[in-house]
Amino acid sequence: MTALAASASAQVAIRADVVHTMAGEPIRDGVVLMRDGKIEAVGPATQVKIPEGYTLLRAAIATPGLIDARGTVGVSGLLNQKQDQDQLDRSSPIQPELRAIDAYNPNDPLVQWVRSFGITAVHTGHAPGELISGQTMVVKTSGRTVEAALVKDGVTVAATLSPWAQKSGDRSTGTRGKMVAMLREQLIKAREYREKRESKAASALKDSPTDTSGDSKPETTKEEPARDLRLEMLGRVIAGEVPLLVSANRAQDIQNVLRLADEFGIRVILDSGAEAYQLIDEIAARKIPVIIHPSMARAYGELENMSVETPAKLVAAGVRVAMQSGYESYVPKTRVVLFEAGITAAHGLSFEQALALVTRDAAMILGVQSRLGTLEPGKDADVALFDGDPFEFTSKCVGVIINGEVVSSTPR
Amino acid sequence: MQFGFFGAVACVLACAAAHAQDTPLAFTHARVITASGPEIADGTLVVHKGTILAVGDAGQVAIPAGAEIIDARGKVIMPGLVDTHSHIGGAGGADGSAPIQPDVRVLDAINPLDSGFRRAVAGGITTVNVMPGSGHLLSGQTVYLKLRRKAGKPFARIDDLFIRDDKGNPTRGIKMANGTNSQREAPFPGTRAKSAALVRERFIKAQEYAAKVEAARNPDGTFDPAKRPPRDLGLEALGDVLSGATVVHHHTHRADDIMTVLRLQREFGFRVVLHHVSEAWKVADEIAAAGAGCSIIVIDSPGGKLEAAELSLGTGGALERAGAAVCIHTDDWITDSRRFLRSAALAVRGGMSREGALRAVTLAGAKMLDLGERVGSLEPGKDADFLVLSGDPFSVYTKIEKTYVEGQLVFDLANPEDHLFAVGGFGAGRDQEPYLCCAKQALQDAGIGGGE
Repeated sequence: MTALAASASAQVAIRADVVHTMAGEPIRDGVVLMRDGKIEAVGPATQVKIPEGYTLLRAAIATPGLIDARGTVGVSGLLNQKQDQDQLDRSSPIQPELRAIDAYNPNDPLVQWVRSFGITAVHTGHAPGELISGQTMVVKTSGRTVEAALVKDGVTVAATLSPWAQKSGDRSTGTRGKMVAMLREQLIKAREYREKRESKAASALKDSPTDTSGDSKPETTKEEPARDLRLEMLGRVIAGEVPLLVSANRAQDIQNVLRLADEFGIRVILDSGAEAYQLIDEIAARKIPVIIHPSMARAYGELENMSVETPAKLVAAGVRVAMQSGYESYVPKTRVVLFEAGITAAHGLSFEQALALVTRDAAMILGVQSRLGTLEPGKDADVALFDGDPFEFTSKCVGVIINGEVVSSTPR
Repeated sequence: MQFGFFGAVACVLACAAAHAQDTPLAFTHARVITASGPEIADGTLVVHKGTILAVGDAGQVAIPAGAEIIDARGKVIMPGLVDTHSHIGGAGGADGSAPIQPDVRVLDAINPLDSGFRRAVAGGITTVNVMPGSGHLLSGQTVYLKLRRKAGKPFARIDDLFIRDDKGNPTRGIKMANGTNSQREAPFPGTRAKSAALVRERFIKAQEYAAKVEAARNPDGTFDPAKRPPRDLGLEALGDVLSGATVVHHHTHRADDIMTVLRLQREFGFRVVLHHVSEAWKVADEIAAAGAGCSIIVIDSPGGKLEAAELSLGTGGALERAGAAVCIHTDDWITDSRRFLRSAALAVRGGMSREGALRAVTLAGAKMLDLGERVGSLEPGKDADFLVLSGDPFSVYTKIEKTYVEGQLVFDLANPEDHLFAVGGFGAGRDQEPYLCCAKQALQDAGIGGGE
């Protein structure tokens, strides 16, 4: 909260030819007023007057700060050397206890890089590549510490149901069947663990007023499971508090995701989803949101059948979709969701539908819509400014505001 | 460095091999980007038998009798794109036995059925330099291809794609690399100095070999078999580099590595195109002064490897302002051939001129392959390699609707099969693993891209 406090005195006004609030029709000649890190007012210049003392920024286009709905920025660093790659620990296939906050480097240059294109928040953390690789979180692309940058911790538990998580030789996870079996086993264990912890907590609560002797019932103590970070986090998934973010691409693998969601009644977000277009009705019927692979991901391996038209098909079927930068193991070290979303605007989505993939709908899928994703009074003052259509390759991002503070003004 | 000398003769055989296109084709009232002159707002392009007959103002170009006229109002017509650095076709060059293997030809390893070829024409690429990877100091001979294709047929035979010289040999370059990609366990070099020493040593051998061959030459041009050294395919290929017949395509990133290439170039006098050049913006004046051309890559973010940590979107603009020749490449699959025009657009975003960026994916690239006399611009007499676009080449909303090579339609977005390769979908998959030393290793290390 220190960063917020530091910028709290900032009063910034934006006047843009078009303001895409993503909470209604675009506003021509619009004004956005920001105060104490929050949006104060949004409307046409004729209605919203800019008070004295506000720093005025002008631009052709203003949008909500863009959200990268799934990446590894700050966890997988620019240099791509062993010491800056913390997106995947390969010692065990199931590690939901790994927290993203313990892995994030807010000073990695890639954080500033994506910010310079208008990306003000990233859903970052553990990458695909193990059956359960760890947790994810949403951070702002400013702040010197993860605490200052953090919007929401434990946003998802990241799982992979695809050959990406497959191990060679005689080790698990060696096949699809084994992967699902291991995951089911863990989820069942987590349910039991959760039930036991909850019943213990309930009985402790019931007993506490009368239980003044200090004696404890031996059988209850025996039943109480020791604290297990792994099952604790999976228990939150079982309880529906945290969604399971499952990376799957082949239609075959996506079917496994759906079956798992049906069996356990857990909240699932489909990640990557290259062949999601094969199962649109099934995905839509379950209201499973999709954080689609980057439009310009390499059409290779698990992604060989990917299509840039998938987001449009999903959106048309009523599926909520967001765009990701994904995980890149080489060059480029990260993609930029501004560009990835732009491609969808050229392949079946309207401009605002495409923009929603990296603003409003990303925020809703990640459960941060009360603070991010639209330009509305009371929401965080995160805004991206452009000198033209943001999706045009030759337009530039000319200003980035996070928590009401101008964090980038060099055109890029 | 003099480009273009070898291009003039390269045309002869391959032009004759072009598919017959018996009816002249006239595209009228298009916005025509010629790449060699000013844009024509209301222009006509006439092609016949694989060659450009005329290009100019719609009101001034005479359309031959019997020509098929296509009203291209609202469309943009521009030269087919020239990609100076690509790895489509899943080709590997040199193997792990030695760091310098000039005898190895990439043309013996390309799979023309690889979907990368279909994607390349979907991206408007008509001429491509397919290269072996950068995991060697010298990974072999590259090959220059025209993406010729009969309507409805796959790219079946690599030989049909060659651009042959006057002797009938496929035109090509040599791929070299310095910096970290080519450093590993012996017999590969472990340091930059060792890298340079190994290259110098081999070039000196090639000079000696060439001198021996020359000494065996009789006054009538034949060779005295008693004096002539035994044939050495590698030293022969390097001899072509030393004579200037073959251009060196040199992978290099860091500013000091770029300067090392230029130092070796001064010592041995070869012609060189500097590829990728992440840090060229630091030594743009030196590159321009050396007269070396640059083939740059445009990437969405810096990093991924130490040498590319300071990669900049501004490289194209910096080189252009310094007066260096600049072209752009895909390095497919590092960037997707289908997004080649986007790379040029991002170079503009980074400060390059619009005209320069358009030339960088057309005529400038053609010149760096010694093919500037034949491809890269829309001029009478040149090959009829061109694109029909739905709008401005740099707009995200623009679609490449048609790609022509030597007057033949090789990509048509309206054709469902071509559409599949353009946008992706079931069956558009790559059928072969790409061969790239370092990227593949990185993918495997990360567990993405097959097993551990």
